[in-house]
Amino acid sequence: MTVLTRLAQLPAVHAERLKRILFVLCLLPLARWIWLGFNDGLGANPVEFIIRSTGFWALAFLAITLAVTPLRRWLQWPWLLRLRRMLGLYAFFYACLHFAAYLVLDQFFDLAAIVEDVLKRPYITVGFTSFVLLVPLAITSTDGMIRRLGGRRWRRLHRLVYAIGVGGVIHFWWLVKADITQPFLYAIALGVLLGERVVHHLRIRVLPSPGTSGSARAAIPLPRD
Amino acid sequence: AKLAEVRKSPLSTMEPLTSYKDITHYNNFYEFGTDKSDPAQQAHLLRTRPWTVAVEGLVRRPRVYDIDELLKLAPLEERIYRLRCVEAWSMVVPWVGYPLSALIRQVEPLGSAKFVEFTTVLRPSEMPGQRLPILAWPYVEGLRLDEAMHPLTLLCLGLYGEVLPNQNGAPVRIVVPWKYGFKSGKSIVKIRFTEFQPRTSWNLAAPHEYGFYANVNPTVDHPRWSQAKERRIGEGLFARKRDTLMFNGYADQVAHLYADMDLRKHF
Repeated sequence: MTVLTRLAQLPAVHAERLKRILFVLCLLPLARWIWLGFNDGLGANPVEFIIRSTGFWALAFLAITLAVTPLRRWLQWPWLLRLRRMLGLYAFFYACLHFAAYLVLDQFFDLAAIVEDVLKRPYITVGFTSFVLLVPLAITSTDGMIRRLGGRRWRRLHRLVYAIGVGGVIHFWWLVKADITQPFLYAIALGVLLGERVVHHLRIRVLPSPGTSGSARAAIPLPRD
Repeated sequence: AKLAEVRKSPLSTMEPLTSYKDITHYNNFYEFGTDKSDPAQQAHLLRTRPWTVAVEGLVRRPRVYDIDELLKLAPLEERIYRLRCVEAWSMVVPWVGYPLSALIRQVEPLGSAKFVEFTTVLRPSEMPGQRLPILAWPYVEGLRLDEAMHPLTLLCLGLYGEVLPNQNGAPVRIVVPWKYGFKSGKSIVKIRFTEFQPRTSWNLAAPHEYGFYANVNPTVDHPRWSQAKERRIGEGLFARKRDTLMFNGYADQVAHLYADMDLRKHF
């Protein structure tokens, strides 16, 4: 318990150090692909491997980013919020690699085929849309953009991440041939993360406790890192 | 183990072979798991001796063949075929076997026999994938009798001059090179001749995605992805995809089987 309490009051310096360590850790999937690439480790179908793996990590970072706010609430570790922007940008980073792998390795800039894919194949339509929706969120992730937009509008815009998460899971689900175990696990994780928000929202609506400064605003905080 | 006296065949392609490692480590054989690396890891669990294949249904001489009889039923040939998976990747595989027609002639199908059904072994204790409800086990595939009699259709017992590895469908499988890979049943224990079209596993699982015929056809897309191109396994990270050929390049030999059929409808 004391550890938890101490972690709750982690000094800003330590939180900053933790963030730097995490920054490096988040690059490990990329480092792994490079290492495997130079050591004949990408398997019989390296293009499929890279596309699957980048997609996996894009979804994973999306889920990790979405976990920050619930974890912050449950553990009461306010400093977790300092990590959220970086994690969200990593989701965007791996989504970019995923899209780049499709564009270059899979399609080799065959724009006609890509347009046909996006228009005709629902799983690509959904995946592509989710990727495009990530772009404004990445662009408006800077302090300057948050100030320019104003907190309310920024928060409203960034609620898009919920739709992107759902889109990402559907994209994965519709791609699978028969064994839906993996997308199902993602769907469960996302369901928990989004469900927690719904429950929290309803609770502060129905039972505005006098103890907390319980406004809906506090539920969806702005990054302060 | 090496197979003795394997003859070359004029029906083989001259294209460069996919490596033994890729052919044996990149497999769709859901009985051993749905990841392509699962069969290579799990297939050792399957015991392929003793093994028998029951040939039954609408035939004059139904019989149960022992695997050693099947190995000697006709001269073994090496057939280097393109393999096109419905997932839009392809390989070039040096199979060993002989035309399925050699076996079919021995059992003498009746006039009423129109289709042939191939059933894969059902052994959840040795095939971990069969403990999961992924497909309707046992795996069943089927061909029209004229397709099964076609000289390209192989009863396959080997690979790269050796006994077939378990993950590739040991001890005996079917190879139908102008159809998507899933049409070629593996680890066969029953061959049944029927009057009506067999109810096949993938067709039951998703009838709008996997037709009974499943001929390789670049002009008829899978509902979820294009079939116009394919990725040749083993060509590396920066290779371009190649165009998929009608009937996987075997159109000259097999197109006449489907002359009066609408291939969009009978996909």
